[in-house]
Amino acid sequence: MDPLVLLLIVALVCCVAVVVLLPVLRGDSGEWSPEGDDPRAALEARKEAKYREIRDAELDFRSGKMAEGDYRALDRSLRAEAIEILKEIDALGEPPNTRR
Amino acid sequence: MTDLGRALLIIALVVSAYAVFAALYGARGGGREWVTSSRRAIYSVAALLTLAGVLLESAFLRNDFSFGLVADNSSTTTPIFYKLTAMWSSQSGSLLLWVWVLALFSSLVLLATRGSLREITPYATAVLGGIATFFCALLVFKVSPFTAIANPPAEGAGLNPLLRHPSMMFHPPMLYSGYVGFSIPFAFAIGALITRRLDAEWIRATRRFALIAWAFLSVGILLGARWSYSELGWGGYWGWDPVENASLMPWLVGTAFLHSVMVQEKRDMLKVWNASLIVTTFTLALLGTFLVRSGILDSIHAFGASTVGGWFLALIALVLVGSIVLIVSRLDDLRSPHRLDSLLSRESIFLLNNLALVGLCFVIFWGTFFPLISEAVTGERSSLGPPWFDRYTVPLALSLVLLAGLGPLLAWRRVTVSYLRRALGLPAAVAATACVALALFTDAAQSVTSLILFTFAAFTVTAVLSEYWRGVKARRTMSSDSYPAALISIVRRNRRRYGGYAVHLGVVVLLVGVAASSAFKTERDVRLRPGQTAQVGGYDVRYVRPTSGLSNEKLEFGAVLDVRKDGKRVTLLRPSRSYFASQDASMGTFGRFFRGESTSEVGLAPGATRDIWTAVQPDLRLLNAPLREANRRFADAPGDVQALVIAALSERYVRRAPPATFRVIVNPMVTWIWIGGLIVLGGALIALWPSALAARRRVTSLYAAKLGRELSRA
Amino acid sequence: MDPSRKRTIRLAVALGVAVLLAGALVYTSFDAATEARQPSELLAGAAAGKSYELTGKVADGSVQRGGEVLHFRVRDRGGTASVPVQYRGTVPDPFREGREVIVKGRLHDGTFVAQKDTLVTKCPSKFTKKNSS
Repeated sequence: MDPLVLLLIVALVCCVAVVVLLPVLRGDSGEWSPEGDDPRAALEARKEAKYREIRDAELDFRSGKMAEGDYRALDRSLRAEAIEILKEIDALGEPPNTRR
Repeated sequence: MTDLGRALLIIALVVSAYAVFAALYGARGGGREWVTSSRRAIYSVAALLTLAGVLLESAFLRNDFSFGLVADNSSTTTPIFYKLTAMWSSQSGSLLLWVWVLALFSSLVLLATRGSLREITPYATAVLGGIATFFCALLVFKVSPFTAIANPPAEGAGLNPLLRHPSMMFHPPMLYSGYVGFSIPFAFAIGALITRRLDAEWIRATRRFALIAWAFLSVGILLGARWSYSELGWGGYWGWDPVENASLMPWLVGTAFLHSVMVQEKRDMLKVWNASLIVTTFTLALLGTFLVRSGILDSIHAFGASTVGGWFLALIALVLVGSIVLIVSRLDDLRSPHRLDSLLSRESIFLLNNLALVGLCFVIFWGTFFPLISEAVTGERSSLGPPWFDRYTVPLALSLVLLAGLGPLLAWRRVTVSYLRRALGLPAAVAATACVALALFTDAAQSVTSLILFTFAAFTVTAVLSEYWRGVKARRTMSSDSYPAALISIVRRNRRRYGGYAVHLGVVVLLVGVAASSAFKTERDVRLRPGQTAQVGGYDVRYVRPTSGLSNEKLEFGAVLDVRKDGKRVTLLRPSRSYFASQDASMGTFGRFFRGESTSEVGLAPGATRDIWTAVQPDLRLLNAPLREANRRFADAPGDVQALVIAALSERYVRRAPPATFRVIVNPMVTWIWIGGLIVLGGALIALWPSALAARRRVTSLYAAKLGRELSRA
Repeated sequence: MDPSRKRTIRLAVALGVAVLLAGALVYTSFDAATEARQPSELLAGAAAGKSYELTGKVADGSVQRGGEVLHFRVRDRGGTASVPVQYRGTVPDPFREGREVIVKGRLHDGTFVAQKDTLVTKCPSKFTKKNSS
């Protein structure tokens, strides 16, 4: 085998090993993966989804697909669920690094 | 350099196996740092495979025939475009492409879910790493794309001439991206099942990937059809061939999945069904990869018997058994608290559409594997032809077209009957009018199924367009937008909904093209001398003169056809047949130029109402005697003399051309298949496009304020 | 009727319909299928007037074009028994002597008369065979 190629392979193995094993060796979960705010991200995603549902229902109602009574009931329950999520987000306190 | 490539694959194998271990260890209490490490391992695999891919591509570009793969699939005269894409015309190259795309997709999804799905992600990483391990192992131990040739030949074998078509070069990567893409939702479904986190969270995180996979698969299937239509010389785009079926099956179940996950997101229902659908889709995607390569079924595309069949079967069995055990063991957690409120609701339409799609897939599965089934049952290997497929697929496709119009009209949970009457009125009226008009003024009534399809299509197109219209009107009651502005704004605010509707439109347009072209095409095989005319489907086709062409990699014999209608010229067509020089010396020095692989170059005049499709089969028997003589007299002549002899031979054909056999097809509305495909792609892109952050934030803050007010009141 | 009972009935009806359809599928498939035979098997015993799928290789030196009709012989994949074939319609691009083909038709006085446009040629495998060897 070409010694240059061999050298290249060894260098590659070292690179990959460092990249992959660094978090384990340092014992932290990685400096650039904000795993700390996991529950917040999940809640934000749930909130977005709930908002989308509220908008969807509104569109259905406005385009005449839903009876007024059905829509009011659905909208109320969806909003109540959204408020629950907002409460949970508030309960987590201020985000550690305010990005928005 | 092949050593470097093999080393890259071995490292990728080790690292992906490590990813599985690290992810599982991390999830089982080893600590988050192991999960992070496993994620980085997947990124590394993507990087390593990218290096391997680039290495192989550069070998193709440099004509490095010490790479076995390059020597077998390329040559110095192969155009650059085909050099770049020759990688996936071989088994090992396409498997490398598979796992490369997989690693890229996996990295993307892991990057996107970094901050969420804390419990599911490690298991999903393990599943994705496991699949990558399998393919890397195949590439390392069974079919290496980096085989070295000790004494590199001066010239490669060249790319299989049949594959030299632009759509054939994009077809495999598109198809594979589709197959591979479904492994992402599959992996997260498995993760969700293992961790019992069975809400819609995993669906939300991977929905976009499922849609991307679906779009790729759609484009891949259509490119394959396009290739068949314009390159294979039989004039059809679909023949119920096992390999075609193999790509359609995951598409069908994937389509069902994309619909039924919405029911889980909205109503928290159909969990078992969704998990089963994605498992089926992924299994069928594996099966699709396997079928092309296995040669277990007689197919025009079975590129030789393969050595990886057993491995694939083992993987498919593992995936199926493992998933079924997992789903059964989680049945209690998968039970939904909700029920269907009403049969008149969008979810019940989705359920029907799912049944039709899965039924269709089952029919195709049965038909495709029937040779194996019948061999097992009766001992005789028998096969089923297109008429059998049509008997079941046509009614199912018809019902799907109708459902594609009904679904958008209905709302979730329940609709009022009075609304339904109003909403159905217009589409039903348009459909009835279309049906009567078509029956009275066209020949459509000759094919009852086509007439039904056109009627249903009119219904669905009207229904979907009226949905857009209702949305625009609703928007205009809230704002002072003009009509176009209102349309853009509703689409932007509800990309998924209106993108999906556009996909429905595209599919219907496509099926209209399929129905029209299969029921009303006129096809004739004629034998003409230069100067003679044949009548096909109302057109006069005259064989004007024979043609020949020479290039450094092929000879071409063809014809100029003058197509006229009522005496007026419609188009001039130039179908031809290309003869690629063979490396086989036994055919004689000159014979090898005329007797090698040959492919049809179709003469095609596409049009909105009909395509005129022509192919020619020149009769080269006239050259037999001169060829024998040339072989004898000029076998050892220098290269430029040989070139002159070949030129003289092809000249001789043009001067004394015998009758040639032509196939002429007047094919109505084929173009609409491709247009429908483009609409589908456009709709999928609308649905995929990330909603603009600014718009989302504004709406979000609006709602937050609103909800905040209610919150303070509560 | 109470809703759970209604659901059960609905489910039973749906399952029944599915089973019926599957049964029809299975039945018609065995009915509509064409048996695949190699030349030697075909010669050994072919029911008259029954349609078969002939598989094998195109025998060397047997291809003859006469007008619109193509004449060739198909031989066993690993043998010499062969049947003359008479074919009309499109000839796939990769068709040539030595290639594996599949063609549908009936045996008629010792000649296999093929249905129009049923000839299928397998893609040349030389491109992958070299790799694996």
